[in-house]
Amino acid sequence: MMYAVAAIAILITMGLALARALLGPSVFDRVLAVNMFGTKTVLLIAVFAFLSERHDILDIALIYALINFISVVAVLKLVEQKNFHTSGADADAKVKSE
Amino acid sequence: MIDILIDVMLMSFLAITAIAIIRIRNLFAVIMLFGIFSLLSAAVFVVLDAADVAFTEAAVGGGISTVLMLATLALTRQQEEKPPAHTQWLPLTVVVFTGAILVYGTLDMPAFGDPDAPAQQHVAPYYIEKSQTDTGVPNMVTAVLASYRGFDTLGEVTVIFTAGVGVLLLIGSNLFKRRRDEDES
Repeated sequence: MMYAVAAIAILITMGLALARALLGPSVFDRVLAVNMFGTKTVLLIAVFAFLSERHDILDIALIYALINFISVVAVLKLVEQKNFHTSGADADAKVKSE
Repeated sequence: MIDILIDVMLMSFLAITAIAIIRIRNLFAVIMLFGIFSLLSAAVFVVLDAADVAFTEAAVGGGISTVLMLATLALTRQQEEKPPAHTQWLPLTVVVFTGAILVYGTLDMPAFGDPDAPAQQHVAPYYIEKSQTDTGVPNMVTAVLASYRGFDTLGEVTVIFTAGVGVLLLIGSNLFKRRRDEDES
């Protein structure tokens, strides 16, 4: 019962994050919505693992958390610097010299 | 009960995301929605107990392809040039017609999950009975993908590796050359 309520709450939160991703006027609204959606997917899978008593699914939730983190970092780097081969220090130096 | 609710909610989120991907003209938003779409479909695969497919979907769909599309977007523009101007009645008619024919084609098929269906009669009973003792893998889908169809999966991995090496040879050499030029100048 407890897991069912948690699952429903997570689904509602997923709906809210989806709404922000659809509406979100700025770039960072959407990035944050995707990040949030990824976190909710991790939580939903974890809750589902206990709900259906398939505990081996928990490993997948861990992998999702890792992938989600890395991809959000990559997305933010691309949004901010437009490429992968300059480092953050280069960009800062460029801003200062300008 | 709660399983059905989760299925219905995930599927309707998928449908909403898919329609939004078609409608929205801001390409950055579309890429973000693609990320959400693959996270959702990965969640659906987990609910269907297909752990490996879910892994692949999350890594490829949610991780790499989002980043690749964003890298492409950094080279082009954020907006589409112009929304399609032609009327969409002809494509709609064609799609509805084709869809109706396909739905008509499924009428003869056995019911979903029917134990007497040909697909369940061939090797599925063997997998269900023997996969645990043959391979020792707790998940049946994993056992089929990684053990019974091991050579097939190895071939797929080879194809993906070759594609990755090809892309690196094409793009990577260019990138290094540009870097060397920057160092020299």
